[in-house]
Amino acid sequence: MTTATTESTSTTEGIPATTSSKATKVLGWLTLAGFAVLVALAFAWVPEDTRITEQGDVVGQFDAVRLMFVHVPSAILAYTGFALTFLASLAYLRWRTDWWDMMAHASAEIGVLFGVLTLVTGSIWGRPTWQTWWEWGDVRLVTTLVMVLVFIGYLAVRRIPADVAVKARRSAVIALVGAVNIVIVNRSVDWWENRTLHQQSTLIARKIRDETLFTLSFSFAVGMVLFAWLLLHRFRTAYLQSQIEELEVNEALAERRAEAGISETPEGRS
Amino acid sequence: MFRDVWLIAGKDLRIEMRSRVGLNQIVPFAVTVLVLFAFALDTDQEALRTYAPGLFWVTVLLAALLAIGRSFAVDLADGAADRLLLSGIDPIAVFGGKAAAIAVQLVVLEVLLGAGVVLLFDVTVHRYGLLVCAGLAAAAGVATAGTLYGALVAGLGVRETLLPVLLLPVVAPVLIGATRAFQDAFGVAGAEGWAWLGLLAGFAAIYGVFGALSYGALLEEA
Repeated sequence: MTTATTESTSTTEGIPATTSSKATKVLGWLTLAGFAVLVALAFAWVPEDTRITEQGDVVGQFDAVRLMFVHVPSAILAYTGFALTFLASLAYLRWRTDWWDMMAHASAEIGVLFGVLTLVTGSIWGRPTWQTWWEWGDVRLVTTLVMVLVFIGYLAVRRIPADVAVKARRSAVIALVGAVNIVIVNRSVDWWENRTLHQQSTLIARKIRDETLFTLSFSFAVGMVLFAWLLLHRFRTAYLQSQIEELEVNEALAERRAEAGISETPEGRS
Repeated sequence: MFRDVWLIAGKDLRIEMRSRVGLNQIVPFAVTVLVLFAFALDTDQEALRTYAPGLFWVTVLLAALLAIGRSFAVDLADGAADRLLLSGIDPIAVFGGKAAAIAVQLVVLEVLLGAGVVLLFDVTVHRYGLLVCAGLAAAAGVATAGTLYGALVAGLGVRETLLPVLLLPVVAPVLIGATRAFQDAFGVAGAEGWAWLGLLAGFAAIYGVFGALSYGALLEEA
């Protein structure tokens, strides 16, 4: 999994001292390079978003359209993260392995990160474009906010000092209920104020410039690589953390045994 | 099964009747919140009347947090939860009983608060049927979701602060639906009150089923 130096692993046998690996290095450099290209495309290549109406007025998003290359991929990554949390939680409840639990935790954290980024960039974009920082009548906006709040609660549960299995099971149930809740919130907000400022499916309607479309697609690709990079690191951090906790428990056990004068370790403990 | 639900609900309600925590603390708290809303919105009677449905339901949700927390605190004291588990009662019945007890307390609270809203905020009720149905459906929704989340945080060290963080975003649809239904019932806004009732009933049904199914797993390690 890793090319960790031998001296740093000597105290913690078999546990790598880093979350880095060949794969993450490649992904990390790809993300950096991709991001550099994305910045160049977004600022130098993509033209301002303007359209001339029949009355001769110039309308559009102007320079704010460049924010879309952060906002839209962020939203997709946030939803990907939460979907992965949902699936991993389901898998955890089915198979009860730490692997799925760590996967759920890692993807939820990334989901919240990009969820917040989506809300912030959307708000900044909305100010010049919709003339408002926030619009309560917008279904997607409100749903995303509630979703982020639900998963912030999920992460709060994950931080509680409690038995690993108890925490994993309860977190999994919270993730499942939370995901189901997203659908209910979405429906209820939709009925609440049946209007939206969000444009419907610009991609499908091809009402979008070729340069913008290409850059947007490119930003999705960069986003996915970034997601994979973050997920690998976060998952491995979770794994290392669990190993440290186990190590500490074993050390404490060994100390107590030494105090009591029991020399040999019972089976099942190493 | 229904006998067991009745048994658990009766136990929880009897504890509340005897301890009077609900009547002596939760109801005064809820009324105080209503008074605070009046202070916050100034002496503008018109604004209070317009926003009465929303203020009413926010107050109910805040008071519900206390009632739910209390329902599980009672079970945790003196190892009562372990004995409940040992009693061999089906977890589904335990869930149903606890949710029913919380729902009954919420309905009592809604009646008292409703009187408070009529008196303090000068609200007149136009549709009693809608008011009663929405009140019952919303109480059922908050009670089922609340019982599920109450069990999720029970036994964790920080449950007092954790329950609001987890539960309030989840019951947001109840707040939206119940507020809209009450707006219609109070005649302050033209909302499709009966359609919103469907959302409230659906919410209660979904959380009822989900809670009943997962309650066994949650009880075992609490």
